[in-house]
Amino acid sequence: MSKPIKVLIAKPGLDGHDRGAITLAMGLRDEGMEVIYTGLRQTAENIVRTCSQEYVDVLGLSLLSGGHNYYFPKIIDLLKENGMGHVLVLAGGIIPNEDRKSLKEKGIKEIFGPGTPISEIADFIRKNIKGEDS
Amino acid sequence: MKQDVDKLIAGAFSGDESSLGCLLTMVENDDASVSRILEVVSSKLGRAYRIGITGSPGSGKSTLIDKLVAAMRSKGLTVGVICVDPSSPITGGAVLGDRIRMEQHYSDDGVFIRSMASRGSYGGISKAVGAAVDIFDASGKDVVVIETVGIGQEGIDITKIVDTTLLVLAPGWGDSMQLMKAGVLEVADIIVINKADLGADGLADSIREILALSTRKSAPPVIQTQAFNNIGIEDLCHELENRRNEHHHKAKER
Amino acid sequence: MPNDKISEIAAKQKEWEEGSLKEYVKENPERDIFTEIPAKTLYTPVDRADSEYLRDIGFPGEYPYVRGITPTMYRSRIWPMSDYAGFGTAKETAERHKHLLAHGNTHMAVACDIPTQLGYDADDPLVEAEVGLIGVSLSSLKDVEDLLADIPLDRVTIRGSTSSLVLPLWAMYTVAAEKKGFPVNKMMGDAKPDVMDEYLGRGTYIFPPEHSLRLSLDLVEYGLKHIPNLTYQINSYTIHEQGSTVVQDGAYSLATALFYVEEGRKRGTIDVGEFAARISQHPAIHTHLFEEAAKSRAMRRLWARLIKERYNPANPKAMRCVIDPNTGGSVLTAQQAEINIIRIAMEILAAAMGGCTVIAPCSYDEALTIPTKKAVTMSLRAQQIIAYESGVCDTVDPLGGSYYVETLTDRIEKEMLDFINKIEAQGGMMEVIRSGWLKKEISRSAYLKQKALEDGRQVRVGLNKFCVEEDIHYEMHKPNPQLLEIRRKDLKKLRAERDSAAVRSSLEALRKAAQGTENLMPFLQDAVRNYATIGEITRVLKDVFGEYKPKPISV
Repeated sequence: MSKPIKVLIAKPGLDGHDRGAITLAMGLRDEGMEVIYTGLRQTAENIVRTCSQEYVDVLGLSLLSGGHNYYFPKIIDLLKENGMGHVLVLAGGIIPNEDRKSLKEKGIKEIFGPGTPISEIADFIRKNIKGEDS
Repeated sequence: MKQDVDKLIAGAFSGDESSLGCLLTMVENDDASVSRILEVVSSKLGRAYRIGITGSPGSGKSTLIDKLVAAMRSKGLTVGVICVDPSSPITGGAVLGDRIRMEQHYSDDGVFIRSMASRGSYGGISKAVGAAVDIFDASGKDVVVIETVGIGQEGIDITKIVDTTLLVLAPGWGDSMQLMKAGVLEVADIIVINKADLGADGLADSIREILALSTRKSAPPVIQTQAFNNIGIEDLCHELENRRNEHHHKAKER
Repeated sequence: MPNDKISEIAAKQKEWEEGSLKEYVKENPERDIFTEIPAKTLYTPVDRADSEYLRDIGFPGEYPYVRGITPTMYRSRIWPMSDYAGFGTAKETAERHKHLLAHGNTHMAVACDIPTQLGYDADDPLVEAEVGLIGVSLSSLKDVEDLLADIPLDRVTIRGSTSSLVLPLWAMYTVAAEKKGFPVNKMMGDAKPDVMDEYLGRGTYIFPPEHSLRLSLDLVEYGLKHIPNLTYQINSYTIHEQGSTVVQDGAYSLATALFYVEEGRKRGTIDVGEFAARISQHPAIHTHLFEEAAKSRAMRRLWARLIKERYNPANPKAMRCVIDPNTGGSVLTAQQAEINIIRIAMEILAAAMGGCTVIAPCSYDEALTIPTKKAVTMSLRAQQIIAYESGVCDTVDPLGGSYYVETLTDRIEKEMLDFINKIEAQGGMMEVIRSGWLKKEISRSAYLKQKALEDGRQVRVGLNKFCVEEDIHYEMHKPNPQLLEIRRKDLKKLRAERDSAAVRSSLEALRKAAQGTENLMPFLQDAVRNYATIGEITRVLKDVFGEYKPKPISV
């Protein structure tokens, strides 16, 4: 029986819409994962600290208010600086296509647009988290 | 992740949070290095005062813990918090929602919060939780708080790994029959009636009646709180402080 | 209809069900139809047997207002067309609104950026990532003066959904109007003093609910005296968009409105009838034409009945439920985004079929970014085509009498009342927010909707059916990269040129008043007149009121 995958779903910045984050948390639980949701208005520093304390496998960043080019790279850098560079970082919300290339180059593994089925996200996670040998 | 376990342990004990997080995950996942970890840890135990907090759903447990941690921090104590939530028996997954209630401590270096799913262990207290408490102790925390659910017979497990067990109840939660089934009532060191503003007297009476019938030698103190409004927290802290001093006194004598 | 006629139809219906229908479905089984309120194959007069036209339906413009709030509805006047826009600086936002006004908009709905809504100045380092992104950056009276400079306040209604700071915002609007020489008592506005939805998912809460309530009621008190054309919006839009059902949307709206009316009454200075008459409901309209039309009709009837029962006010307008919706953005897709214009058109039609006033539509590129000029204009055209070319405005309440829609209306009304009773049984709106119960109910609905989409039971064209391989690329609005610099310069200039002593003393006076129970509007107007910034004002209020710490729901 494989160990459950641990996921943190975070809302950086001031955007207050959390329907997607909460629905995803419930959905991933149904997919057998252990999920923590940070709540609203999280700073990059607190998100990374939570990743460390919980030693998560996956970080899902949910942002609808346009601050992704500011917050996401910052979070990725902080993860690396704090020994958490192995975390699979995913993003969701409203992220224009033209920003996606640079975000992926920075280290966001995949960006899921509105309407992506949860099962698709769960499958992606399972395929992409680092195994014990990497 | 193949990492040098001794390096991880050293990192964890010198304050590196991702190393400590990694150790906790290793014991949770029953990694091959667990025996080494426990070996090192066992030689450094004894500093931490361990509090187990259990209670009925809706009792405001998490808010209470949030306030307790704040009070302990104001006294300069470092705290490790473990929040245990049940895993779904069907999917094996869990939503670990307790840490979100301790948001005020997110950026405090003196508080380390870790969520753990019960992963099938009936009372929620698996071997992993016991090991996690030891790791916190060994890493230098002054206090370790374990929050869990389960007040029936299955909730008694917590008493085995902590120094003091708190049972948190709230008015309107249940009647005397349910209270009688609250096995933790038999073993709790302190009983807290939270949300006391809703009318604690009825519940306090029921508790007294049940305790009178039990095999306990002495009745535990019953403290009323309104965690949301920060009422009663000082009294509770005082009670815990006394017990902590007692615990350290005894430890020194050994 | 006389009972014997009903029995006759019922008997024939049974024959039909056991005859033609049964025969037909053998070869043509019915599809699995997913809808919030289960629909039968057919509705007939039998379903309406217990209804009495005069008691339950009546005439438009009269109690219980089911068929409409005026006797002629759109035959006299097409609904006013609004939009929601805001980005960048006040000047940029004003340009967008002027464009819309030139093309037929009569309402100017100002979207404020998150820093403004949360009370941070544009130069506050905490918010540098979010200035001007999803709304206009308004940090002081100077910005509002720029915003309103060329707007003809005698013809334009100002609206917006900033709620925690609705009182300071209207302090700025009224002082800006005054400085333009426009009499405040002639201003037209739709304010949103309803903060409850902030705690339920809109997310821009600041103060604990009881203090936000005070600010809201201060606005109502001031408005009823000084701005007779100000309406007070209850924002259940958030709730529906957060995933609630149609019933929960309507019920929340009415329950919240009743809550404010009652709290206003308790103050002693707000007349129930006057206040109720100036409330408007702001739900989200989704694409189910009939459920949404029925919801609007049901809301009108239930509101009329509850206000009459509870207060029996002299003013008949108090029982008249004004519904002033936004079309729902959450059902729009990023996939094949242009087809969203059809969804938006259906939502506008549903709102018009339901007899709503002022309809604010989304734009087709909503799923991708802040709407572009082209998209926003398309939505305006959709409203105009529906208004002038579909026939929906040719007669009042065209769906009235439909066996289906009348049955739906009855059912939705009953279920809304059940939900309202549940809320009140738990101690009322504040209590169900505090305990997290309401948020949990809404999240559960959201989750069930998500499952239905993933199972495919709920079809969303382009998303889970009729999909295409596509490279999505549309014209997108770009935030001005120099924006932050511009805003910082603006604020530096403002702080240098204003009378700091006057700012300090007006903020002090505000603090003292906030600690008491006086209406804060005059104090806020003084502060903004001296060019105190929104950040400075919010800091004072936070000091006095504290900040709201959310109780997270256990998912």
